[in-house]
Amino acid sequence: MTQLWDFAGGIHPAENKHQSTARAIRRAALPERLSIPLQQHIGVPAEAIVEPGQHVLKGEKIAEVSDGMGVPIHAPTSGTVEHIARLPVPHPSGMEDWCLTLVPDGEDRWCKRHPAPDYRKLEREAVLASIRDAGISGMGGAGFPTNIKLRPPRDRKVSTLILNGAECEPYITADDTSMRERADEIVDGLKIMAWILRPERCVVAIEDNKPEAFAAMTRAAEGTQIEVVVVPTKYPSGGEKQLIRILTGMEVPSGGIPADIGVMCQNVGTAIAVGRAVLKGEPLTSRVVTITGEAVSEPGNFDALIGTPIRNLLTEAGLQESRLHRLVLGGPMMGYTLNTPEVPVVKTSNCVIAASARELPDPAPEQPCIRCGQCAEVCPMELLPQQLFWYSKAGEFEKAEHLNLFDCIECGACSYVCPSSIPLVQYYRSAKGEIRVQQAEQLKADRARERFEARQARLEREQQEKELRRQERAKAAAEAQARKKVEAEKAAADNGATDERSAKAALVQEALARKKAKSGGAAPAAADTSADSATATAPTPAERPDRAELEKQLAQARSKLDTMQSMLDDAKAQQADNVDKLERAVAKNHERVKRAEQALADGSARTISETQSTD
Amino acid sequence: MALVQQSSPHARNARPTSWVMLWVILAALPGLLAQTLFFGWGNLINVVWCILVALGAEAAMLAVRGKPLAFFLKDNTAAVTGLLLGLSLPQFVPFWVSAIAVISAIVMAKQLYGGLGSNPFNPAMVGYALVLISFPVAMTTNWAEAALLWEAAPRFGETLGIIASGQQTAVDAFTMATPLDEYKHKIASYTAAEVLQHPTFGDGVARGWEWVNGAFLLGGLVLIALKIITWHIPVSMLAGIAVMSLAFGSNPDQYAPFGLHMLAGGTMLGAFFIATDPVSAATSHQGKLIYGAGIGALIYVIRTWGNYPDAVAFSVLLMNFAVPFIDHYTPPRTYGHHKARRGVPGRTQG
Repeated sequence: MTQLWDFAGGIHPAENKHQSTARAIRRAALPERLSIPLQQHIGVPAEAIVEPGQHVLKGEKIAEVSDGMGVPIHAPTSGTVEHIARLPVPHPSGMEDWCLTLVPDGEDRWCKRHPAPDYRKLEREAVLASIRDAGISGMGGAGFPTNIKLRPPRDRKVSTLILNGAECEPYITADDTSMRERADEIVDGLKIMAWILRPERCVVAIEDNKPEAFAAMTRAAEGTQIEVVVVPTKYPSGGEKQLIRILTGMEVPSGGIPADIGVMCQNVGTAIAVGRAVLKGEPLTSRVVTITGEAVSEPGNFDALIGTPIRNLLTEAGLQESRLHRLVLGGPMMGYTLNTPEVPVVKTSNCVIAASARELPDPAPEQPCIRCGQCAEVCPMELLPQQLFWYSKAGEFEKAEHLNLFDCIECGACSYVCPSSIPLVQYYRSAKGEIRVQQAEQLKADRARERFEARQARLEREQQEKELRRQERAKAAAEAQARKKVEAEKAAADNGATDERSAKAALVQEALARKKAKSGGAAPAAADTSADSATATAPTPAERPDRAELEKQLAQARSKLDTMQSMLDDAKAQQADNVDKLERAVAKNHERVKRAEQALADGSARTISETQSTD
Repeated sequence: MALVQQSSPHARNARPTSWVMLWVILAALPGLLAQTLFFGWGNLINVVWCILVALGAEAAMLAVRGKPLAFFLKDNTAAVTGLLLGLSLPQFVPFWVSAIAVISAIVMAKQLYGGLGSNPFNPAMVGYALVLISFPVAMTTNWAEAALLWEAAPRFGETLGIIASGQQTAVDAFTMATPLDEYKHKIASYTAAEVLQHPTFGDGVARGWEWVNGAFLLGGLVLIALKIITWHIPVSMLAGIAVMSLAFGSNPDQYAPFGLHMLAGGTMLGAFFIATDPVSAATSHQGKLIYGAGIGALIYVIRTWGNYPDAVAFSVLLMNFAVPFIDHYTPPRTYGHHKARRGVPGRTQG
């Protein structure tokens, strides 16, 4: 006997499964039109690769995902593409999305298929590719591409492969009847998945309220290493996390995936689809859907083509519109209401409940929470639902997150038992949505702030560099000024003269004084001056004072010329109208530089008037 | 065809608050029956009176607050508050004392805090504590003498007359000190054997009281079986009293013995019907255990070393204070987490 564990909480809602298990799976009639949504999986929507008016064969690829995560979509039957337009799709919001409308030609003629019964001789990658090419995504609910799920990260070896036949939600019997009638196909598909993953253990888990399914699966699994296990009926035992706990005693870490603890769950419908894809080369074009509820007179399971309007299935099951009060896609615990039966069956549609008002009555008005704790007693994730409710309602999202709001699987057990008729799950969904929006906004704000701060830092840096350059220039200028002053004072002191009235006279005196004073005292200043002038030639000690002065003047003339030249270049570049004027100025400055050079070249004494004219 | 648009789950289990509260009332009936059998008509009259006053006060407050009357009156919560006070108050307590208790419970402790679900303190115990402190004579001298209903005086009419007269002290002939009161005040001067001679103790632990407590225990087990309450608070509260009693009260010549603590006074009523009031109790299983144990310990402390012979009301109220704190530090470990996330977000984890 396989060891089983129990999970916390759980409820025992009325099963209501017998209504739809009385009949064998019926093949749904071919509808006049199939409306095939281009997004039926998690990931990037598929893009149509056929044109309106084009004839396609059954199984022909009609939409493909060229870039990103996703699986292709195939023609469920042979026919003509009518148009590609936005039509209602199954979605809680009742939204419209791109759908390809196919008008069947009634022949149901297959395209060329590529069966691979000897898949064991193939590369695993090739088999995974064929699973992807068959358009298979998880058929239990989320619609995650199966080929990606079957290739977990290298460091996540799957040691336990679980086929989830628990089907714990009331009303739904699609997996139950599939297991009863198609056990061999399921085992075939499971074997392929096991061959890909090479787990140590492969378990089929079935709730104890499905003895026929258990018997059929046990028979089909005979001679294989597949264990078929009965688990106690308790909602939500079919929840992935709960089933893993039941079968392995382990828990999927919060925020992680089952592969993190070496476990993978697959759905019954997915197993059938994988088997058909590999062994028969048939892509996923149909699925089993339970049509039940008090508003249909002949509830049961239908093998329906993807794209079949739900209205057609309801009609086939004997819909009494006058009794129809609520139309639920999925189960009564986690499904969502449809606002129209005109939406199509998609790869993830497992059940439609056409409920009467008596069957799923409108909830009683919400009363205040009395903190009775019934919700905490039934929570399979061991959360504190009533605390989460208070915090969600009050908008105290930080506290709600602290109490692990995001671990809530929205199974609805808390709302189911709430004596105050509080739609708890709705509060949690709303809070999760709010938090996600806040996080997105926070992220946006953070990025904007980072950008702003980076810009501020750059501007500041530039400003500092500019300031530093300015200071250096000012310092150099001040030093030059100071030097000039010192020299002038020195000259004055040397002469002992007080009669200098003008700068001209001073310069004359200075030049003369320097000539006279050959001592080392004047040398450092001269050396500095020569260093300032890059073009200076090494002066002879005797010529130093005069040459220094001339060199300085030359340097000044040159820098002025450079400035004028660059202004001229700018003006030319901008085609300004002062170009002529600037050209004349440059020419004049050229003249001055030349003169200064000449003066320097002459080396010896110059007339004072000439040297001054360069200033 | 207008289809209903609704958020999941679509299936619900109808066990509304009114049903839960009705079962609390029904489960208390064995206790009320035992009280009537052993202490006369007083409790029954009090219960009816208190429920009427409670409903009136609730209706008045709902009207003042502009809330729908029928919607809230039908939840039976005000009736439960009235019932619990009727069961707790002395048999011959004047009508106006019980009315003050009920009105302060409904108006102050419940409605002024925001009505159902928003009260931090147990309303019935707020009312009880208020009158116990305000009218100590009326609250201690009006306990009926334990005698079988058909043997004892006074009859129904007489009882009603005493209650309706509004006198703070009832006729001595019909009243008697409660076992806890008697033991507490006599044990200082007498031996245990001498104290137990008093007729209030009878042949068993505490005459009549043992049956009343037994009946409330029975009703409480029904509530647990119906999953209206969990076992955590009653068990931990009784364990709290038991541990304290065994630790400190081994000498009956000094303190009341273990059996008296368990079967006299409001022990069982408190454990199964009062401490379990969900609104003002702790939330998680671990929190409930701490909350219940705290009440039990406090009951023993106040009964033994305090001024009052019984202490359910004070203990419950004191632990009500601690509930927000307990709740922050006792969340369960969520599936997929290594340990529970204790403490307040943004502060040091405790």
